[in-house]
Amino acid sequence: MIVDALGWLLGAGSVLCAWRVFRADSMVRAAYWLLAAFVGVGMILVLLTAQFLGLVLILMMAGEMTIMAVFMVMFMMNPAGLNPMQMVHQHRASIVAGVTAFIGLTAVALLAPFPERPVPPGAAVTRETGMELLGDSMVIFETAAVALLATMIGAVALAARRGRHGDAYEGSVPPAMDPEEGA
Amino acid sequence: MSQELLLVVAAALFGIGVYGALSQQTFVMIMMGLELMIAGGILAIGTFWAQSAAGSPKGQVLAIVAMTVMAVEAALGFALVISVYRVRKADMTEKLKRLRH
Repeated sequence: MIVDALGWLLGAGSVLCAWRVFRADSMVRAAYWLLAAFVGVGMILVLLTAQFLGLVLILMMAGEMTIMAVFMVMFMMNPAGLNPMQMVHQHRASIVAGVTAFIGLTAVALLAPFPERPVPPGAAVTRETGMELLGDSMVIFETAAVALLATMIGAVALAARRGRHGDAYEGSVPPAMDPEEGA
Repeated sequence: MSQELLLVVAAALFGIGVYGALSQQTFVMIMMGLELMIAGGILAIGTFWAQSAAGSPKGQVLAIVAMTVMAVEAALGFALVISVYRVRKADMTEKLKRLRH
């Protein structure tokens, strides 16, 4: 009963926070609204007894959103949210696409018959996941690890100041104080 | 918790993510939209894992793969933002008219 009520609350809170991401005036605040939405999803996973998954999600997103906030302050105009911010394009089409995706997925969720096979009570879920990750699904786990390694190399190569095409600052212009000027 | 409720929450997160990824002009906000879509996916995977798959550990492995996708997307997204900003001083999609610099 309490778990059900908490689930309702966390679900509604997550959706509300997710909506606030695109309504916040400051991008730093948007990053932390997104973190709040992810914390809600992580807590729901914990309530579903996937404790490992839920906590890993929260830890990962806390780190990622803090980095995102730093990026916002570095690159974006108006990180403090002192002025109203509405930087959108193709707004109506995006709303239609978002609502269509929501209605389509909701229809599947409500109309499709899914099997009723809940987690058996008292199952050692985290232990089973660990055994699976380092047992039958080890190739998948290792592939994910190699994909992350490739990502790190790719990210460094892309962001490095000196890349394949010469120095990053060669031919570029100094940053403009006025955002419009740098176009 | 009812499976339908959780799947509707996942659908809502995905829908808001679609709206954000298509409507925002700044790169980092577009990334936030993509992350919300993956969050909806992870919630749906967790729901099916808990209520339709009898807690099979393979479901959790699938969710971990989805989290890896999220990490890859964020890392490469930030690297691309830095790269584009260095060369063009642009943080908005409208300022990029060409793929080459």
